[in-house]
Amino acid sequence: MKLTEKELEIIEILENNARIPLETLAKMTSLTVEETADILRKLEETKVIVQYATIVDWRKVDGHEGVTAMIDVKVTPKRGVGFDEVAERIYRFPEVKSVYLMSGAYDLSVVIEGRSMSEVAHFVSEKLSTLDSVISTTTHFILKKYKHDGTVFDQGEQDRRIVVAP
Amino acid sequence: MTHTTKTYVSETVNRLQPSGIRRFFDLAASMEGVISLGVGEPDFVTSWSVREACILSLEQGYTSYTANAGLMELRQEIAAYLLRKFALEYRPESELLVTVGASQALDLALRAIVNPGDEVIVVEPSFVSYGPLVALAGGIPVFVRTNGADEFKLRPSQIEQIITPRTKALILCSPNNPTGTVLNREELAAIAHIVKKHDLLVISDEIYAELTYDEPYTSFPAIEEMRERTILVSGFSKGFAMTGWRLGFVAAPEMLLKAMLKIHQYTMMCAPTMAQYGAIEALKNGEHDVDEMRKSYRRRRNYFVQSLNEIGLRCHLPGGAFYAFPSIQATGLTSEQFAERLLIEEKVAVVPGSVFGTSGEGYVRCSYASSLEQLQEAIKRMKRFLSRL
Repeated sequence: MKLTEKELEIIEILENNARIPLETLAKMTSLTVEETADILRKLEETKVIVQYATIVDWRKVDGHEGVTAMIDVKVTPKRGVGFDEVAERIYRFPEVKSVYLMSGAYDLSVVIEGRSMSEVAHFVSEKLSTLDSVISTTTHFILKKYKHDGTVFDQGEQDRRIVVAP
Repeated sequence: MTHTTKTYVSETVNRLQPSGIRRFFDLAASMEGVISLGVGEPDFVTSWSVREACILSLEQGYTSYTANAGLMELRQEIAAYLLRKFALEYRPESELLVTVGASQALDLALRAIVNPGDEVIVVEPSFVSYGPLVALAGGIPVFVRTNGADEFKLRPSQIEQIITPRTKALILCSPNNPTGTVLNREELAAIAHIVKKHDLLVISDEIYAELTYDEPYTSFPAIEEMRERTILVSGFSKGFAMTGWRLGFVAAPEMLLKAMLKIHQYTMMCAPTMAQYGAIEALKNGEHDVDEMRKSYRRRRNYFVQSLNEIGLRCHLPGGAFYAFPSIQATGLTSEQFAERLLIEEKVAVVPGSVFGTSGEGYVRCSYASSLEQLQEAIKRMKRFLSRL
């Protein structure tokens, strides 16, 4: 689908801040509120905008710190369906946050979120490894998130400018 | 003691008025929770790739002087940049000079051309330094007052009215600080006609050239027959978000450049070496970052200027820089009263237009180089302030 310049601009703005008021969004793009609402509806209906999500720093919430693991999975592709079938069997599990088909040393990159290491370990040994097509898994636990989807977690650079300058 | 000290200071310096912005800065700096729309610089930090290139140059020990005119590699990049962006041709070896900010470039330009008593035309409202720099160079600043109702555009007739046999040069600034006004090709060509007719030089301050939002930018020396009459002053501060690096450049025909270089080699030697290495990276690989920043300013401009008009502060849509210059005449306050009361009562800092010359009276300068959240909050506070007047 080919998008107009205004549509692209709206997407760019929303990617950084999906909670921007419609009226502000309209002003920023020099459109009327109605035109902006129409564009949003179109982008949502065509699933160009799939979802408005929130980036949460769970480390700050007691009892919800959780663990994230990235698992390299080697699989045997199946005739006719390739990697798609096994990928689907994996992404159907709700604890799986993302699944990518990769080039290189392994086939699927799977991101798992769980409450604890043992919960993730349990998922890998009981659910993932036991799938017929899965040959091997290598699990990497994430120790600290510095930047996620373009957002720096710890406070970024503060405004160091002097208050009034010519 | 003041009495005796004063006698040591030269008459020229004694006659200079301290910048009106200073008093305001002291007041704003003493308060907590101020939203400042008074800052004349980008809210972006310099691109990481530029900072990284500077760090690398330090690690490799590039800490000695460079050639007086600046690193040849940087001058070559500047020449390529001017050609690519503005269709200007300058020779790196004889027509370009790297300076300590565009400010030094302005100082060099004026000192290189002004004889005692020469008049230099300064377009008001203007950046606070022009008048004092002319005076320090021994010249007499003569002010042209542009008109808010005409979006502060400089018109040829306004220049012609004040030209005398002593008029040597004209300082142009497009996009303008504080009005954000941009002169298009036709408007520049009309000015060029007068410049030629009266045999003037032009110092064209194009520090905001990267930040225009509506039409392709026209550089003054790109106008027919103007290259040989123009000293082009620009730099990295605004477009590349490199204010603290203090790095600018000047492009001019060889004869003029030689004169400036003479002053530069005695007074400055060369621009800081590490900053020059950063600037090379900015010109080589920085275009994408500049594009992104420009987009971001443009969106904030659209939001902010429309919001100003909605709350009753009439403001033209400025074509460039990152300033809105709304009229506050409807409030019945002077621009200084308005700015002071807005600061004290609602903790929003704007700069009184009168700081930029008498034609700025009745206006205030608001920089929209602040986060959208801050701009939204500032509009809210300004609306509340206006409703109380």
